[in-house]
Amino acid sequence: MKDIESIARERIVILDGAMGTMIQRLGLAEEDFHPQGMEAHPVSLKGNNELLSLSRPEAIRKIHEQYLEAGADIIETNTFSATRIAQAEHQCEHLVRDLNLASARLARAACDAFTRKDPSKPRFVAGAIGPTNKTASLSPNVEDPGFRAVSFDDLVASYKEQADALLEGGVDLLLVETIFDTLNAKAAFYAIEEVFDARGERVPLMCSVTITDASGRTLSGQTIDAFLISMGHVPLFSIGLNCALGAAQMRPYLQVLAEQAPCLVSVYPNAGLPDQMGEYRETPEVTARLVGEFMRDGLVNIVGGCCGTTPEHIAALATEAKKHQSRTTETVAINS
Amino acid sequence: MNIPAFSGLEPLRVIAEASRQGSSFINIGERTNITGSAAFRKLIKNGNYDEAVAVARQQVENGAQMIDVNMDEGLIDGVQAMTKFLHLIAAEPDIAKVPVMVDSSKFAVIEAGLKCLQGRGIANSISLKEGEAEFLRQARIVRRLGASAVVMCFDEEGQADNLERRCAIAKRSVDLLTQKAGYRPQDIIIDPNILTVATGLPEHEQQALHYIAAVKWIKENLPGVLTSGGVSNVSFSFRGNEPVREAIHTAFLYHAIKAGLDMAIVNAGQIGVYDDIPKDLLEHVEDVLLARRPDATERMVAFAEQFKGKPSEEAVAAQAAWREASVEERLKHALVHGITEFIDADTEEARVKYVDPVAVIEGPLMAGMTVVGDLFGAGKMFLPQVVKSARVMKRAVAWLEPFMQEKKSAMVMGSTKADAKKVLLATVKGDVHDIGKNLVDIILTNNGYRCVNLGIKQPLGNILEAARDHRADAIGMSGLLVKSTVVMRENLEEMGRDGLDLPVILGGAALTRAYVEDDCVKAYDSGRVAYARDAFDGLKLMDTITKGGFDSYLADIGAKQQRKKRPGRKHRTLEHNDGSMPLSRPVDLAETKLRRDQLANGVEVPTPPFRGAEVIESVPVRALLPYLNENMLYQFHWGYKKEGRSLGDFLAWARKELRPVLQDLVAEAEAEKVFLPQAAYGYWKAAGEGNDVVLFDDAGTTELCRFTLSRQAKGGGLCIADFFRDIGSDERDVIGVQVVTMGQRAADVAREWFKADRYQDYVRLHGLGVELTEALAEYVHAKIRAELGFGHEDAREMAALLKQGYRGSRYSFGYPACPTLKDQEPLLELLGASRVGVELSDEWQLHPEQSTSAIVLHHPQARYFNV
Repeated sequence: MKDIESIARERIVILDGAMGTMIQRLGLAEEDFHPQGMEAHPVSLKGNNELLSLSRPEAIRKIHEQYLEAGADIIETNTFSATRIAQAEHQCEHLVRDLNLASARLARAACDAFTRKDPSKPRFVAGAIGPTNKTASLSPNVEDPGFRAVSFDDLVASYKEQADALLEGGVDLLLVETIFDTLNAKAAFYAIEEVFDARGERVPLMCSVTITDASGRTLSGQTIDAFLISMGHVPLFSIGLNCALGAAQMRPYLQVLAEQAPCLVSVYPNAGLPDQMGEYRETPEVTARLVGEFMRDGLVNIVGGCCGTTPEHIAALATEAKKHQSRTTETVAINS
Repeated sequence: MNIPAFSGLEPLRVIAEASRQGSSFINIGERTNITGSAAFRKLIKNGNYDEAVAVARQQVENGAQMIDVNMDEGLIDGVQAMTKFLHLIAAEPDIAKVPVMVDSSKFAVIEAGLKCLQGRGIANSISLKEGEAEFLRQARIVRRLGASAVVMCFDEEGQADNLERRCAIAKRSVDLLTQKAGYRPQDIIIDPNILTVATGLPEHEQQALHYIAAVKWIKENLPGVLTSGGVSNVSFSFRGNEPVREAIHTAFLYHAIKAGLDMAIVNAGQIGVYDDIPKDLLEHVEDVLLARRPDATERMVAFAEQFKGKPSEEAVAAQAAWREASVEERLKHALVHGITEFIDADTEEARVKYVDPVAVIEGPLMAGMTVVGDLFGAGKMFLPQVVKSARVMKRAVAWLEPFMQEKKSAMVMGSTKADAKKVLLATVKGDVHDIGKNLVDIILTNNGYRCVNLGIKQPLGNILEAARDHRADAIGMSGLLVKSTVVMRENLEEMGRDGLDLPVILGGAALTRAYVEDDCVKAYDSGRVAYARDAFDGLKLMDTITKGGFDSYLADIGAKQQRKKRPGRKHRTLEHNDGSMPLSRPVDLAETKLRRDQLANGVEVPTPPFRGAEVIESVPVRALLPYLNENMLYQFHWGYKKEGRSLGDFLAWARKELRPVLQDLVAEAEAEKVFLPQAAYGYWKAAGEGNDVVLFDDAGTTELCRFTLSRQAKGGGLCIADFFRDIGSDERDVIGVQVVTMGQRAADVAREWFKADRYQDYVRLHGLGVELTEALAEYVHAKIRAELGFGHEDAREMAALLKQGYRGSRYSFGYPACPTLKDQEPLLELLGASRVGVELSDEWQLHPEQSTSAIVLHHPQARYFNV
């Protein structure tokens, strides 16, 4: 069976779409989010989507299957906020290892079933690692710009716990995504390397940054090329952009990555910008056309969707991807 | 390609520098090194970090492309000081844009420092001093922390002080790092030790020469590896003689860079131009550096005497040019660049000049913040910079505060502590995003407002309780999530139900102006809600609220919204008249009679088929579809925009893409019996008197009720009452009256869908209901025209019909020409509207919500007009 690295050299690889959007569609209630034995949890858990891997595993599995059905090569585990730091808000720190293990296994099982059905199209699990809800580079307190709500070491500890459980659960890749503060991402990769050392194994690493606004910078103020340089020490399988912007707004930043990244380039935009009702309305056809332009211009190797995208979007992307060649990594790489 | 690259907030590539400057040399600021700068050491020891940060800024302003930070001093906790200082400069985008070189002889300090850098920095330094194992351990940590490493030419034997050992240690270090620690050559920076020359000791004579030669050897023999060094060391023996030190540094760098030096730690203010060094001085300097003669040191020392005590030219020129501008310009510069250094003095100067401290805030300070806001809006400034600007603003306001209390000046902008306007800020229920809200807090606080920041995930109960407890003057709700836009609207509805009318400002990524200014305004009974695009918008709104102009601001917005819409729709932002206020100037009855008589001339009064009211029990939804204004439905209610398309193109697209959605929705609504279209309408004898329309019984003699209407102050002085026969005329006119409703269930089902999180369905159904209500009004109006005998004059095209393509006109209550909502009371009574379930609330609003009433005029000249 081919590994993801050789597949990615041959063609454009399809990543799945939004987990949150799909969960929202289910219209779940507060009780759906309480794992067994936690019915009387002191704080509301609704919206803590990672818990569904324990409380409603069949629902998460179903979402994975819908994306696999749509043609995703790689699906992301339901673990975006499954870190000690992010879960603290819901007083669920004690569940972190279970959340990551269970989520990894759910995705693993869904992928394996599809791979068995069609071994010519093997499917892969990427362990999703979000930014947490705290930034290591910015002070939340304007009176005290030297203050930090989280330290590098806190982040490393939190990410180590997550990465170890994801690997234990059998993920094929690790994806540090929606990076809004490069220092958080650096902590994540630091933690991952430590876990690799301890476990004596490694998996390919993906990294995806979020450009937040018109300034063309991350939330922590870095330009995209400064970010790329900051990730220079990480042996990356791919680097890319996700969230915050729709495909239409991403091009200038994607162009920078496509020209300079020494590894594969990924992009998984939101389904456009939210409209006046606050909904992502970009249709699968439009998303596929816009991302298709990136593919046509040879900018990307991996495509998928973020907020607001659905299996329909992924199916449209997968169809579109068949028409295009993958970006070649012969491009001049500043960092290589 | 192995191009070395570093980063702060912005990239620093050696190649990019090369192409720009003709040299690949990177200069690293040294003034934030406490081993090299007594002034900086004093600042850190005294805990004066503000000024320590200013030193870093000066470095960057003076052209340092990277800054070296060193906290090595016996009495200072290096880890703590390094962390604190790096955190502080990280909040200064003017400084943080450049990469940082974390400089310490203690590895724990380097490690702590690198953990503060989001960019790719440099660890300065590691070496083989304590053996290979420790060297590699440290090297791996540096690499894992995403930094490059400076390797000092040290080994187990000590410092390399000749060319041979410099080269040997460089090679050994590079081999170990690339083979055993995973380093790329460009991540290694060799420092072959810049040692002091002209000490008088013979072993030091060759140090500069050997350093330069070592650089050359490394560049030639260790491909890709970079070289660096601390330049100030070389001239240490000339401390206190700045002109000579400057000449030595300049000449030394000139030769080292020629040999291939990639970077060096320098005092940018101490580097001159090689060609500008006086010939005789240069000769003495180069004699020393290049060890060209045995008595070079002696001669140099003697020659240097004459330069002692003279300030270097650079030091004089360092005074930044912006300090020379007017006080307004200086304040603006300080705000835009976030410089607090001179803000107290500049603010004081402005206060004296403007006399009133408030005028300083409203004038130059606000002008500066407006520039900041504009730059931020245009993406030319980013968050951390804005935060800095806000800090400068705060400091300026703090300076002015005592003077304001003293003067007890007119309250503007809530600037004095005692009576500062209070804003309650919260991220709404279910949303954890608060960066934007916190920015609003910062900007408002620093502009003299008091913010009560409740934090994230705040249910409305908390918000209202806090608003009461703190007696907030306004509430700001924020949220990034899509669902938060729904929560905000829901909150507003509830606040309205509670009878609250506090000004509300909404902000958040998923919000749009249109959504707030229409949907949210409607949701909040008082309509006192406005949209803030960003924190600066929020500031402007708070200023508007403080100055009492919020309602007129909203009225302007409402008027703009109104102009965008066709007439005939309800809109709550209008100033409604509950009947307690006189409508306009006294009316000249004789003049209005004359006008009416003229208008009546040649226009016959049609005969209605009946008089009094009748009920239409049920109208099939399908029958309304031809009257449905799809353009309004799609664009206004469903939120699809033309996006540059012509209306024709948009509608063609919408017919293809949206009409199927509409058809499905109608089918579902029919199946679920969501709509129950009903109407009551009728005809009465009528006449005009002054600005009133008077309705009579069948005999035309007994007055049943009268509606008082508005007359144009300008234009033709039109009034709806003019289109009726005058009350003194012998003939009675006829008026049509109608009320239509889509039924209570329409609102109930919409609410159910909303509660079931079927938000999109909810929005669509609600929009469809509103537009079907209009369609039903058109439908009944068409019936009236037909019954009055001029239906054949209707336009053939529905699009034209919907733009008053018919004779006469239909006026709804609550519009400028027909403003008195209260007049609907007798209207509904005449119609027996309760038979179709329509009634009037205490605020004179129709219930069910999807209902509308109107009077119908037959006069061909009766048209919509503005009052």
